[in-house]
Order: sequence, then C-alpha cells, then structure tokens
Amino acid sequence: MTAPVRAHWTAVCRYDDLIPERGVAALVDGRAVAVFRTHEGALHALSNLDPFSRASVLSRGIVGDRGGRATVASPVYKQVFELATGVCLDDPSVSVSTYPVRVVNGVVEVCSS
Amino acid sequence: MRTVVVAGHGMVGHRLVEALTGRDVQRHWRIVVLAEEIRPAYDRVALSSYVDSWDAEALALPAIQDDRVELRLGDPCVRIDRRKRTVHTVSGYRVAYDALVLATGSAPFVPPVPGHDLPGCYVYRTPEDLDAIRAAAQRAMRTTALGRRSGVVVGGGLLGLEAAYALRQLGLSPHVVEIAPHLMPMQVDEGGGALLRRFIEGLGVRVYCGQATTAIEPDRGRMLVRLSDGTELDTDVVVFSAGVRPRDTLARDAGLPLGERGGVLVDVCCRTCDGDIWAIGECAAIEGRCYGLVAPGYAMAEVVADRLLGGNATFPGADTSTKLKLLGVDVASFGDAHGRAQGALEVVHNDPVAGRYAKLVVSDDARTLLGGVLVGDATAYGTLRALVGAELPADPGALISPSGGELDASALPAGAQVCTCHAVTVETIGAAVQEGARTVPALKECTKAGTGCGSCVPMLKKLLAAQGVEQSKALCEHFSHSRAELFEIVAATRITTFSELVAKHGTGRGCDICKPAVASILASLSALLSPGSHILDGEQAALQDTNDHFLANLQRNGTYSVIPRIPGGEITPEKLIVLGEVARDFGLYTKITGGQRIDLFGARVEQLPAIWRRLVDAGFESGHAYGKALRTVKSCVGTDWCRYGVQDSVGLAISLELRYRGLRAPHKVKAAVSGCARECAEARGKDFGVIATETGWNLYVGGNGGFRPRHAELLISDLDTETLVRTIDRFLMFYVRTADRLQRTASWLEELEGGLDHLRDVIVHDSLGICAELDAAMEAHVAGYSDEWRGVLEDPDKLARFTSFVNAPGVPDPSIEFVQERGQPTPAHRRDGQPVLIAGSKLAVGAR
Repeated sequence: MTAPVRAHWTAVCRYDDLIPERGVAALVDGRAVAVFRTHEGALHALSNLDPFSRASVLSRGIVGDRGGRATVASPVYKQVFELATGVCLDDPSVSVSTYPVRVVNGVVEVCSS
Repeated sequence: MRTVVVAGHGMVGHRLVEALTGRDVQRHWRIVVLAEEIRPAYDRVALSSYVDSWDAEALALPAIQDDRVELRLGDPCVRIDRRKRTVHTVSGYRVAYDALVLATGSAPFVPPVPGHDLPGCYVYRTPEDLDAIRAAAQRAMRTTALGRRSGVVVGGGLLGLEAAYALRQLGLSPHVVEIAPHLMPMQVDEGGGALLRRFIEGLGVRVYCGQATTAIEPDRGRMLVRLSDGTELDTDVVVFSAGVRPRDTLARDAGLPLGERGGVLVDVCCRTCDGDIWAIGECAAIEGRCYGLVAPGYAMAEVVADRLLGGNATFPGADTSTKLKLLGVDVASFGDAHGRAQGALEVVHNDPVAGRYAKLVVSDDARTLLGGVLVGDATAYGTLRALVGAELPADPGALISPSGGELDASALPAGAQVCTCHAVTVETIGAAVQEGARTVPALKECTKAGTGCGSCVPMLKKLLAAQGVEQSKALCEHFSHSRAELFEIVAATRITTFSELVAKHGTGRGCDICKPAVASILASLSALLSPGSHILDGEQAALQDTNDHFLANLQRNGTYSVIPRIPGGEITPEKLIVLGEVARDFGLYTKITGGQRIDLFGARVEQLPAIWRRLVDAGFESGHAYGKALRTVKSCVGTDWCRYGVQDSVGLAISLELRYRGLRAPHKVKAAVSGCARECAEARGKDFGVIATETGWNLYVGGNGGFRPRHAELLISDLDTETLVRTIDRFLMFYVRTADRLQRTASWLEELEGGLDHLRDVIVHDSLGICAELDAAMEAHVAGYSDEWRGVLEDPDKLARFTSFVNAPGVPDPSIEFVQERGQPTPAHRRDGQPVLIAGSKLAVGAR
C-alpha cells in the first residue's frame, strides 16, 4: 500500500481583505497562485503565470464575465481565461492550472497537493 | 531595367510615380523625375492654406522613398531629342528614355493688359508666388500713403476667390474683377453666382462682374487699375487668376501635335503620336480637351502606369463635379451644371434670405437628373451627384426644397458613382459589403472609396445602412452604448460606480474593455461629480487596467516602469541627481523617453511605494505615463536660449502640462510647443501642437506619430496666450466627451462629421452652445488636480496592495530575473519556464 496523500492547504489572506473582482498573488509551496473573489463572493485560484507572456501576472488582470462565465483578462496581451476552469476562452487549446480554494475561520486557503 | 522619364513633379507626376512604383513589382522600370520647382510635389490644391501657416512643409505629399526613383529638383527638362530618345535638362544633364511622360502642368494666364508686368503684379500658383505677395503686402502696410491698403484680383473663378481670401488674410482689402457676368462662371450659374456674390461681399470683398481690366498704371508708389466701365481702383497688389494655359512648349518644340486650344494632343490612353511619349494632367489634351482639375489628372496617371506595365487602360472620362468651401461658403456643381443638353429643364430653389440656392438640371421629360448647382448649403451634393444620369426617385423640386428630407441611399442606381476621386460605383460598394467589408474603414481599404477628398464618406455610411449593415457602436457585450453615449449617461445621471451603471444600463459584470473605459469616464468627470476622489478609491480600483492600478507601466516580464513628470522637459540638476540615485539604489534600468522625460524600468510591485516615497520627497509627482491621460508637453528651448526663437516655448509648455496633468481621456494625449517655425519640438506630430509666430501662437490639432502617422492640422492661427489656452481647453474637453474608447485625436478628427471645420465651429464659434460647459469642466479639472502617487503614499489601505505575494509581503517574485546588458539590468528572457539569455550585441561598443 502506498502512503496516503494528504492535501496541503496554505493560508493566503483574510477573505475580507480581498477586493471583489480584483486578484491577489500568493506563494503556495513555492508556486505563484492568483486568487480571485467574484462580485457574487465566489473564490477561484489559478496559476499566476500567464502562458502567453510567461510573466507571473494573472492576478493583476481585470475580472469580469463573458457570456455569464466569470473571467480574468491577462494584463499583458489581454487573453481571457475562465476563472472556474482556467481555460483560455480566446484559445481553448491553452489553459492554466486551477487550485482548490476554501475559507476556514475567515481565512482563504489554497490547496497545492 | 528600362527608364521612364517624368517631365514635371506636380501632383499628377507624383501620382504617376506612386502608381508605377506600387504596381511594378517585377521592377521593370527605373524612374527619373525632372522637377522644375525646388521642392518635391506638394498639394497645390491646398495652396491657399499656406497663408494660414506659411509652412510649405504642411503642403508636402508623402515622400517617395524608392531606390528605383531618381528625383532631380530645380532641373526641368528643356529639350526632347526624339531621334536619340533623350531629354536635356536646364543644368545640361542628359538622360535617355524608353518612355517619356510629360506632366508639365499649366501656367497661369496673364491677360496682355498694359502694365501687367509692373512690379506689384503677381500670379497665384506656387508657395513662392504667395511669399512674394506677402512681402508686397507687408511693404504696402509700411507706407504712409492715405487710404486702406488693398489688392485687386483679376479673375473671379475658384482660384480668384481663394486669392481674395489670401489678400484678406494679409490685411489688404480685396477687390475681385470678373469679366463674366457672375462669379465662378465655370462652376455655377447666374443665380448661384448672385448668392455667392452676396456672401463674398458680406465678408468685405468688393466684386466687379462683367468688367474687363483695361490697364494697370503706376501711381505715386501704388497702382491704378482701370476697368472697362471707367472704374478706377487704387491698389498695392494685383494678382492674376484668370485661368491657366497648358504648358506644351516641350512637345511643340519636339514637333508633336497640339490640341486646337493648346495642350499636348494624346489619345484615350494618354499617348502622343510618338508611341514612346505620353502626356498627363493639365498639359495633356485628351482627344483635344484639356482638364484643369486634379482628379482627371490622377486618372490619366493611373492609365499611363497601367499602360507602361502592359495593361490596356483607357481614360474613363472626367467628372468635373466639385464641392468646396470658399471663404466659408459651400459651393458645389455637378454634371451638366449649365443645362447645355438638348431640351434640358432647370428646377430652381432660391432663398436669398436663408442664403441657399439650389438648381437641378433634368432631362426634357423631367425624369433623369443631368446636373446641378448648390450654393450656401451643399449637404445634398453626395446623393445628387451620384444620381446624375439616373432616373429621379422623387419630384425634382422636392429633392432641393429645404423640407424635402434626405434622399434614401437605396434609391441610387447600381452604376451611380459614389466616389468620383477613385471612380467607385454603388455596385462596387455593394459587392465589397457582400464580401465582408462592414465598416467605412473596411470599405476605404478594399475599394479606395472615400480616400480622396472624403466628401463621399457620409454616403458610404448611408449605403452600409441601406444594405442592412448595422454600424454597431456597442462598447462590448456588456453595454450597447458607445463610449460617448456612456459619457453622457454618467454626466447626466451622476452615477459614480460601475456596479450601478452596469445594473441600470448594461448587463453582466463587465470586462477588460468596458471597465477601464468606464473607469476613464468616471475619472474624467470626477472633478465635477466626486471632487477629491482617487482613481483607486473603493470599487473603482477593480476597474483599472494594471497600469492604472499600480500607477506604473507593466513591462513584458511583469515588472513596472516609473516615469515622474518633468513638465516641458525642464529639470534641475538636483532632481536629475535624485533620479540617478533612485535608479542606482533600486537597480533600475534608465532610458530617456521620446517625451523628454526619464523612464526607470524593472521595478517590482513591492518596490514602487519606496521608489515613489523618494521621488515625492524630492518634489516629483506622477507623470501619468501609465494612464490614458495627458502625457507630456514637449518643448524646444525657446526664446530664453535659442537665437531663432520668437516666443517662450518652454514657459508655455510647462504651464500647459501643469494645466492638463491628470486629465483622463479616451486615449493618451501628447502635446508640444515650438518656439518658432523651425518646429524643433515636432508639435505637428502631436494631439495638439503649438507653434510660435511673430505675433502669437498657431494651434494645430489631431497629429499622431505611431502606427499611422498624421500631421496635425492648423485649427486657428496667431492667437494670444489666453485665447490659445481657452481653445485647447475646449478641444480637449470636447474630445474627452465625444471620442470612442482608445481613439486618438487623429482618428477622432477624421471621423468627426464635418471634420476640422465642424470642430472649429464648435469650439471657436460655439455652434453647439456647449463652450461654457466645456470651460467649466476644464476649470473644475484644473482646480481639482492632486498627485495620484501622493494620494497612495498617504493611504495605508492603498499602500497595502503593493505586494508581490499577499501571504509573503517581503518576498520578491522569484520569476523576475535580470541580466546585465550594456552596463544596466535588463530582463532575462524566459522560455519553457527557464531563463534564457538572449545574446547581447556582439559589436564592441568602444570600437565605434
């Protein structure tokens, strides 16, 4: 039997510190993760690395929606990614990793296992 | 390669060179152009605008930069040796030709009246002619003789009225003498000419029709002009504009046949009886007929370019329709304006009180439009001209009555010419729309319609609408409004948040298109709607592009660059030292910008507050290089230091930059001030540019560098500083209010209906009655300005956002790495997650 894998959750910030529709970047096990709070209050965590520019900037993009799906636009070359899936809506062959995210005692945590 | 020699470098010769170099992809031809004038081809049609700026450069046509073209200026062709197929120039240069194109144009006709060659008599054809007239006017102003200084223009046609305008600009009282019974006899009829005369006389121009000039005599330092009815006119200057004659001497001397009334006789493919010699433009007599307009000349140039490359184009015939604005009066004539066709009927609407004259010429059965004349109001010109030769869609009287309403574009027949400059028909436009050209710019691109004089652009819009193409002005999927409409909504409803705006007037939660646009509108209106607010306050922070959000410019590796304001480019040594120290201490790459400031690159987000603390302490403030806002007002050194400067350009640039700093606009706004006509600040490449004159300032607007360079156009000249500033205030506020998102002033002005004239009407003559509002908006902006970076440094909540990682505030982003390049840090380029060092320049810098 292999050793059980235990999810590892990293604290990011207080939920109340997140500005709706504006991301923050967090260091999660050495990786840069972008965390977003939507207008409705939902949380999403994606890799912060923009695959088109290779810069670590997705958290600084503008959050909005396309056809009702919550999105972030890369601040570099403006490709739009769906927050829930990480899929690039301008080029569906490209996507960024997504991470589980939760709130514990008012603190936002991201899972990196 | 074969050689084509082009004798003459006017507008038509220039068009031939453009057409030939553009199409000759196989490089069959080398082109030698022999120009008589000392400057390359320029826009002679616009010659009269030279008296506004006295800047011949402003008339320049796009320069030809092509290794196949040899242009010899000031070296006209003087002899053709047809046997040896060689031409000789005035300097003794000889060149052998395989083809020779005569494009020598025409010369002003000077009637042989006694005294026509006195000093003080001029023609009106080149910038040099105008310089000479100006010098004469200035000499006249200095004399002490009694009476008003005046000028007599011989000839009351189009050019004569332009000359009268020029004399008026020079401070002389103009008199126009026309031998025909009314003004502009070539274009308009008696009724139109009478109304035109009323307009012109209202502007202080004296008109004498039906009069010949019988003599010009010297008279105590001035001149006396005698007219056939005995009238005597005292004058200081005489300008002849009594028509032109084709310059056909070269052909005549070479034994080539001429037209009955002069001109080089050519056939419909513009060829003389010598198969190697062609003639185009005003010197050519196509099947015996000369054309004194540029459009037929262009058509001939296209024919010859095609023929030289083996094509079989023929001259399509000329449309001599014209629409122009003379001394502010609209005049248009089209088709058979004089009703010369057999049995032609005329339908006239004449309202001298309203200042409107319209005549339609129709066939004897009153069903087909043949031509017409419009004076005072030429808005119907585009539709009516296109209808020439077609069955009338309505009663002719209704078409020209003021209450007749607009003609439906769908009434135009397929063969009607929409764009006469490029001979584009309704049918061609329709086909282009079917193939996917859904906008005016797209139609311009694929059909060339609207790229000549531009008068058919409104018609293109109508045709698009008639084809059912809706010109969507929706900003994005969240708003069906244009930016200008949203601006008006926000101004009227005083909504101050995006959430309220999108809830009441849009759908969804916005996107990277509408959010920054709304953020910009809110910022532009903040001085009026929410004084004292900051662009990062509350919800507005989430609307901003990353540049505005961090008040710095995002670079490719995720770092930012910092540009403090250096108004007018003037900076003290102490401040320069601070910039150097900050760059050194934070490891920033430094570069001088094109806007006379200093850019510090490579700052990480968490470094920005510390950098700005140092800069603000040293007296710097935000330069808004990150915003769609006023950037810089560049300046030359001006009168303080420059030997040639005539005004204090630095002082004005600084005061303008301080006045407009922080003004959020649809796009960035760049400006410059030059202290003399040498224009060292390159002001005509800017959104607004100011150029000093001896007596004040000339204001140019709508210039652009960048992807589509465009020279700014002269809006108004010789302004005092106060009027200048008020005019710029209004220009900027009108632009902020009405432009599209990310539309620079250049394309805004191009798309503005009525163009520069309309802009002038609105912001100088207050034709919309909004100037007081525009002034108040700018006053509020100036009074409400505060430095955005100081605002951040004083607010702990805003400062807290400047971290690379929210859960590790002190940790720099490990993905950002630098290498040294020419002694400075530059981004290490990354590939597949690994840093890749791009090889640096291999040149040993010291060896250069």
